Amino acid sequence: MTMAKTGEAGLVKAGGIFRRQIFIPIAALLALILFNLITDPSFFAINYSLNSAGDPVLSGYLITILDNASELAILAIGMTLVTAASGGQDISVGAAIAISGSVVLRVLCGDNPRPDEMQASILTAFLISCVVSMLFGAFNGALVAYFNIQPMIATLILYTAGRSIAAWINNNRLPIISDPSFGYFGSFLPGIPIPTPIFIAIICMIIIALVLKFTTLGLYTQAVGINPNSAKLNGINPSFIKFITYVIMGLCVAVAGFIKVTRFSTINYSVVALDIEMDAILAVALGGNALSGGKFSMASSILGAYVIQFLTTTLFKFNVSSSALPAYKAVVVIILVVLSAPTVREKLGKLWKNLQHARLGKEAA
Amino acid sequence: MKAVVDKKTRRLAPMSDTNLLLTITIVVFFAMYLAAMLFIGRGFLRVQTFFNILNENAALIILSCGMSIVMIAGGIDISVGKLTALICMSAAVNLDYQGGSVMSAIFLSLAIGLAFGIVQGALVAFLDIQPFIVTLAGMFFAKGMTTIVNSTQFNVQNEAFVALKNTRIYIPFLGSVNRRGVFVPAYVEIGVVVAIVTVIVLFIMLRWTKLGRSLYAVGGNPQSANMLGINVKKTRFLSHLLCGLLAGIGGFVYFLHVGSGAPSHATGAEMNAIASSIIGGTMLTGGVGNIIGTFFGVLSLSTIKNIVSLLGLDDAWWTNITVAAMICIFLVVQSVVLLRKNKRS
Repeated sequence: MTMAKTGEAGLVKAGGIFRRQIFIPIAALLALILFNLITDPSFFAINYSLNSAGDPVLSGYLITILDNASELAILAIGMTLVTAASGGQDISVGAAIAISGSVVLRVLCGDNPRPDEMQASILTAFLISCVVSMLFGAFNGALVAYFNIQPMIATLILYTAGRSIAAWINNNRLPIISDPSFGYFGSFLPGIPIPTPIFIAIICMIIIALVLKFTTLGLYTQAVGINPNSAKLNGINPSFIKFITYVIMGLCVAVAGFIKVTRFSTINYSVVALDIEMDAILAVALGGNALSGGKFSMASSILGAYVIQFLTTTLFKFNVSSSALPAYKAVVVIILVVLSAPTVREKLGKLWKNLQHARLGKEAA
Repeated sequence: MKAVVDKKTRRLAPMSDTNLLLTITIVVFFAMYLAAMLFIGRGFLRVQTFFNILNENAALIILSCGMSIVMIAGGIDISVGKLTALICMSAAVNLDYQGGSVMSAIFLSLAIGLAFGIVQGALVAFLDIQPFIVTLAGMFFAKGMTTIVNSTQFNVQNEAFVALKNTRIYIPFLGSVNRRGVFVPAYVEIGVVVAIVTVIVLFIMLRWTKLGRSLYAVGGNPQSANMLGINVKKTRFLSHLLCGLLAGIGGFVYFLHVGSGAPSHATGAEMNAIASSIIGGTMLTGGVGNIIGTFFGVLSLSTIKNIVSLLGLDDAWWTNITVAAMICIFLVVQSVVLLRKNKRS
């Protein structure tokens, strides 16, 4: 909310666009789109064809990006709140996704790793995994909020143990669900040509937008992130706000884990959502949010998540092998963060101002 | 354990945060090792077990020292693990495919580490970018570059290197008698000597040099450090440079221990280094920490891993869960002790 105001004020001033927070992800997105337009315009083609199940579906790189970025966008929501409130990041989300996915499969499969029919309804499984994930979120939150442990270190515990716990939940077996209705959530609902994860991500975004608009969560989170002591003097309970952001993070993890597990109808504990925490933190940083907490812009973070997926898909299209991918990603990330560094951005803003002054001077003459 | 510490704090009047956390770490390490000797016996009674812990963790000790320095200065470096893998691979390729010598491999390792340190330090210090993001990019870069240099695992055949790798330094008067009644002297590898020298040099550096004191000051409170006339940017830059250089040394020591190059080397080493630093009493918020503590942090971490595997809980998940539980207990104890101390004063 505050961001929007400062943003509007910034627009009035010449060169303000460079100081608006959402400038960074938008500029990055435009640069990527331009790059793809120049090298190969067919990147943007969207085909309408039948998939293996005989349903007409949309396919194309753009759809792939929107589809695959769903988990990341949902995680970016939680990560933004956690970062803003506690000034640190949750590095356990990848491991926590393994746990929540494992719980879903455990509930659906029971003791038999290859059941012919599911032992419980999908909704029950999802709700139970939500509760479990929120409990783990609460564990992280309690360490951070009530024991005053730095977030990265507190979540290091779950990061270390998470995948082992996930394996332990299913007795280290790899359950597979053959029921096609389970796969609807990770691919396509019959008759709808758009991948379901896109809808799930949009629902999450609408919910968080409504929550930020109609509750004081956003305001309190920023107040606690900027200065916990003055927030306390104003009657906010900083520990509780920090705690609650971690519980929300747990909920986001449950949704993302549910999508991940329905994509394949199975789970691989050691590689599912590997390194996704790094991408989620990157999304928050690309959105121009300070990783030290305080003010945040939810829209920028979510856009940041899509930029990362856009970049990944672009690199894949250019036949970069998946193991060499991180090196290219790193170069792009470094260019982006250097461009968005405060000192560099100030200089860019000044340059813009000077250009406009020069133009005005010419017109006057 | 807590009672011991409390008694100490009362008798010695207020201890600094650094010393208090260091005391906890050392007490816990010795208590744990003693308990293992008493209740598990077997391997833990042999002197070589202790030196094997050192042999296996020499590289981690050096990496953790670098991590502690960056953390004391208020930053973080999560690139060291993948950087180690990159250094192993580059040194291996240099030795076997490019006809390099051991000296050239050492220079290459140090150069790669230093280059990472300089670039990351410059981005963090002079462009004010958050260290987490810069080193995250560094981690991605090192990860990708490793497979670009060479994508498969291979063992180094270079004779001079293999000879150096197999060099054992025997410890006088220490050792154990094996089943046949023959006395087997205890030994360490060259890497351990490098690690111990590094720890001593860094301990002296942090305690008695201007740079060392500046690191604490900058990590504790950059504004007041600035008012004291300390060049904050330069100090931050140097902390990352040192960490990069130490990653170079640590990377070569790791290479010397495993003797091969592989993209999967040193996976998770950055998290182990962070965990060791934390157990050793370094705080992520900066300004608090001790190299000796870090050294004992590494030893504690690997001792608990050894205990778990000797207890027969060899299922892969138990090690991780125990390590996590141990980090958890340490953190909570530290937090409770510091909270109580701050309340009292």
